[in-house]
Amino acid sequence: MTRGMRALGGAALLMAVWALALLASVRWGAVGLSTAQVMQALLGEGPGTAVTIVRELRLPRALQASLVGAMLAASGATFQALLRNPLADPYVLGVSSGAAMGAVAALALGGPWAQPWTLPWAAFAGAVAALLLVLALASRAPSGWDARTVVLAGVGVSAFGGAVVLLLLSFVRDVETFRAAVLWTMGSLAAASWTSVAVLAAYAVPGLALLWAGGRALNALSLGEDTAAYLGVRVVAVQRTLAAVAALLAAAAVALSGVIGFVGLIVPHAARMLWGSEHRRLLPVAALLGATFLLLADLVARLAAAPGELPIGVVTALLGVPCFLWLVQRRARP
Amino acid sequence: MLLVAGAAAGATVAEWVVERVRFRYPGATRAAVDGVTLRIAPGEATALLGPNGSGKSTLLRLLLGRLRPQEGRVVFADRPLERWPRRVLARWVGVVPQEEETPFPLTVRDLVAMGRYPHLGPWRRLGPRDEAAVATALRSCDLESLAERPIDALSGGERQRARLARALAQEPRALVLDEPTASLDFGHAMELFEVLHGWARCGATVLFVTHDLNLAARYAQTLVLLDRGRVVAAGAAASVFDPGILEAVYGWPVRIVRHPGPGPDTGVPQVLPLRPGP
Repeated sequence: MTRGMRALGGAALLMAVWALALLASVRWGAVGLSTAQVMQALLGEGPGTAVTIVRELRLPRALQASLVGAMLAASGATFQALLRNPLADPYVLGVSSGAAMGAVAALALGGPWAQPWTLPWAAFAGAVAALLLVLALASRAPSGWDARTVVLAGVGVSAFGGAVVLLLLSFVRDVETFRAAVLWTMGSLAAASWTSVAVLAAYAVPGLALLWAGGRALNALSLGEDTAAYLGVRVVAVQRTLAAVAALLAAAAVALSGVIGFVGLIVPHAARMLWGSEHRRLLPVAALLGATFLLLADLVARLAAAPGELPIGVVTALLGVPCFLWLVQRRARP
Repeated sequence: MLLVAGAAAGATVAEWVVERVRFRYPGATRAAVDGVTLRIAPGEATALLGPNGSGKSTLLRLLLGRLRPQEGRVVFADRPLERWPRRVLARWVGVVPQEEETPFPLTVRDLVAMGRYPHLGPWRRLGPRDEAAVATALRSCDLESLAERPIDALSGGERQRARLARALAQEPRALVLDEPTASLDFGHAMELFEVLHGWARCGATVLFVTHDLNLAARYAQTLVLLDRGRVVAAGAAASVFDPGILEAVYGWPVRIVRHPGPGPDTGVPQVLPLRPGP
């Protein structure tokens, strides 16, 4: 009973922290608003500019930050368990830059593939291609993957994907190249709209639910494929399904917000430190923490260089790279 | 009449029948398991013995459906192994693997609760019946005081017990253990085997791989000695512990002595490897 109460209390606390971060994100910006003004604007009252700022700009942006953070964090936690590798996340694995490649290629082709609802699938194709390439490079007989080779291959594919994206962008003349380049290499939430929030939610809700349903299988798989099989997991089918769902979540996030690194790496580790590694608890906790983390990172990105803004990937990388290097050296010297 | 009754009862017992099974790893020059035929009887303990590279682990993986035989067949509880869905098999057979990776340490309770996986759907929570199975497993492996500790804070022997508890939480009819005493001192090894002995006495099938011939002789009713993928001897310790056979298989001179007792092991044959010299 007490364990159940503690979990419930923890969930309530995380929700409250996320809600506060959401409020902060809507209040602060180039124009500061009071909580009362925000509440009025949400109801459609008060000055028209405040209503527009809150309802059309800041709220969709804050919700997009939340969704993208949750998707990247859950995707990272899943990849870490599937590969039994604490260094895995969609960015390090090259999945994000593969997704960016797919999305930019679709945009360059134009037509039906460049619509907001279909763009995630183009990104997904790139993400899966990158993931398969990395896994093929790092596969080790008879089964499993070498942890260090996965990271090396992922970093290689990531760098290559980034270069291809910039190459493609340099041929596309009808977009504002520099802004687009920032979006596809460092991430940006500046283009958030209610449409993009709806698209993200359409991928996030079933995707996160599927990963959560696979939580017990992830527990088993994190102990090794043999152990998982002996506990009754259909190893290959479950691995493929969960990897595909995690890649799709990352791809949808990248398709609408660009490549935002290290969220999927550091958030699951923070969640594990707080709530342990049991994936049915870990996945929701990581998703909520990821949402909160990206809201705060976006707030920093908007406030630090106001009235301009930093690419959000710069903020997450400044926080994420030291964490990544710490994990690397801890792993090298156990 | 008796025969018919026996056959009907056979449908519900955890028994392996292995017929002329052969398995060769791709690229290997000889078969790892080469024409093995044996029966692993229910309600008793069977020990798989043999020197390094004799095919024990491969045979275990064939018995557990992790490898498919290239020739011959494996039948478990009257059904060919490949027709057992993984989840159903996991309700019948609990496996205690050797040391496993723990990159993201779970608590002992979470690890043991994973034994309920084959009994639960993806959306279901642990019910009272599952909680009871977990509690019983923790108690029978003396892990209650460690239940909330992360497994990477445990000693090798405690982790071994946690893996055994996880297999017990599956409530299986057969237990399979891969070198269960490799990281245990003799006190903990004896304790573990007493638990297994109790399980076999309750009608469970116990199968374990070990390098410890003497423990095998004391706790297993049937010993199976493998050498280069073939069964060279099978049966009670008295028949398998033949100095000629053991010396040929292990390439080392041995003497067979009788356990001096007291206790239930009095008179059981034990193997003493000899030192060279006069």
